[in-house]
Amino acid sequence: MLMVDQILNVALQGVLLGGLYALFALGLSLSVGVIKLVNIAHGDLIVLISFALFYLTQPLGLPLPAAILIVLPLAFGIGYVLQVGLLQRVMTKGLLPPLLVTFGLSVIIQNGLLETFGADTRSIPGGALQTAAIRLSDQIYLGVLPTLTLVVAVACIYSLDLLIYRSRFGARLRAVADSPDTARLIGLPVNRIYATALGLVGITICAAALFLGLRMNFDPLSGPSRLIVAFEVIVLGGIGNLWGILAGAVLLGLAQSIGAEFDIRLQLLSGHLVFLLVLLIRPEGIFKQA
Amino acid sequence: MAYNTQTLVHGDHGAIGKRRRGGDTGVVVGRALLAAGCIFLVMSPFVLDTSSLQISTQFLCLATIALMWNVLAGYTDIMTLGQHMFVGVGAYAFFGLTSLAGVQPYAAIALAGGVSLLFAVPVMFVVFRLRAAYLAVGTWVVAEVFLLIAGRLPGFGLGTGTSLPLNVAKAFGSNPGSRSIAIYLAALVVAAAAYSSTWLLLRSRLGIGLTAIRDNEEAASSLGVDLVKSRIFVFLWTTPFLGMVGAIAALQKMRISPQASFSFLDWTVFVIFIVVIGGIGSLEGPIIGSLIYFALRGYLGDLGTWYLIALGTISILVMLVEPRGIWAVVRRYIGQDIIPVSQRADPT
Repeated sequence: MLMVDQILNVALQGVLLGGLYALFALGLSLSVGVIKLVNIAHGDLIVLISFALFYLTQPLGLPLPAAILIVLPLAFGIGYVLQVGLLQRVMTKGLLPPLLVTFGLSVIIQNGLLETFGADTRSIPGGALQTAAIRLSDQIYLGVLPTLTLVVAVACIYSLDLLIYRSRFGARLRAVADSPDTARLIGLPVNRIYATALGLVGITICAAALFLGLRMNFDPLSGPSRLIVAFEVIVLGGIGNLWGILAGAVLLGLAQSIGAEFDIRLQLLSGHLVFLLVLLIRPEGIFKQA
Repeated sequence: MAYNTQTLVHGDHGAIGKRRRGGDTGVVVGRALLAAGCIFLVMSPFVLDTSSLQISTQFLCLATIALMWNVLAGYTDIMTLGQHMFVGVGAYAFFGLTSLAGVQPYAAIALAGGVSLLFAVPVMFVVFRLRAAYLAVGTWVVAEVFLLIAGRLPGFGLGTGTSLPLNVAKAFGSNPGSRSIAIYLAALVVAAAAYSSTWLLLRSRLGIGLTAIRDNEEAASSLGVDLVKSRIFVFLWTTPFLGMVGAIAALQKMRISPQASFSFLDWTVFVIFIVVIGGIGSLEGPIIGSLIYFALRGYLGDLGTWYLIALGTISILVMLVEPRGIWAVVRRYIGQDIIPVSQRADPT
């Protein structure tokens, strides 16, 4: 019984970790899908919003819900302005310029945060929520916060799915993603749709930032590792596949929690190795959408 | 699709070589500066003190890595974020070969390049499953794997790294002064080999194909340039040089460690800024970029984070204003390369 419980626990923790990773990946998947850009600053933007939440709740002492309400339009604005002010200008210049712009941005955000907040690790205080757990057996505890993360991740994916495939805005978004030139030809405001999509990425980044801050410590330099997780998830899940994100995230979470069970220092390595293995044998991802 | 706008720029004064007024003087001045620079590099051991010589060694190392990143990004449109893995492999191979296997240290520098090439083959099979922007982050993931594994190697000092044994150091000179001269000369040989062989590569049949890919990928492919083969060749081409630089960097620090030998900041971030600011897709770009990097570091280097913020901001501005960097601006005035890569077709 003990052995079975242990295996079940590792699996459960892996799945729950996958919830957080799905949130990291959601925004990246959206920007890859719509503007065809792997945003190298994606992880740093998550950490930037985590710091914003930290600043609003800790030194300023606002309650967390108020901080979230402030951060949501802020993040939407950051995404919108980033697209209009920067990415829009380099999108037609080929493959490298947009990548290199986000690369420069990544370094600027990291060092800007270092300069402002110092190198200390931080977290967002979540009170009793952070430690609350439901006991399933002697070995298995279901953390309330990790479960909430997974629920939010599923809810986000579900609403994005509705938005993209069932709404008028979604139809426009898909038209622009398929062929910006044709979309422009039929009179769609392509640049505004791009910018709104990046704004939406900003909203998903808020969810990622909130749960990152509640569940883990972060510091100004923790962006790149979030980017790598997000990237692995979207490749594992099949690029452009919304529900694939969840599958990829759970697979990565499981790989990491199984690795960590053998040796905590193996957690990251086993995740990467599973990613590379899947890439080698099934480069289109586990759930390639036709 | 890549670099549509640049096609015009290069087509303008590339093969046909339309010259502008003042261009000839510009080329003469440029080549004179280049020659003076080369003479200075050869004379350095006789005129520079030990600490300046160490900075010159770093300059040569970074200029070599910058050239390699530039050949990949500038000519084959492969942006890698994982160059540091081959630098690190070179450093670790150098340590393994000298202190664990007892190989003669100078030979070990060259062999370290070979080891990097050896590791590059399986890496290539994995990352070339990814295209374009995905490949960039894919190489980064592989580099992370290398870093994590390096930190678990018994005999290589695990996570904290280890110092090179004294007898390896002694093989390069009995005192720090003569040692820094020997290490400098090794770096000079590697850099000279990197630049001259890459120059020859770009002038070869394959190189003309690469230049064609740089200017217009689809057109090059329709004229029979094998994109995949060219990309694989160039990817492998860069790795021995990266490995040898890694060996020299380890030698200069007299130690290896996962964080320093596989440093993302030192061997990838700074290198990208150097090439972007100097000019992607040219041989002059990485040299100009390295000079600017070391000049700026003299003034802003102490400021740490501000230096990086400045480099990031400049490189974004470069992308907005002139994606081919400072060299593109200079070249527009001169009208031709200082280091001639394209074969001139005589307009008859």
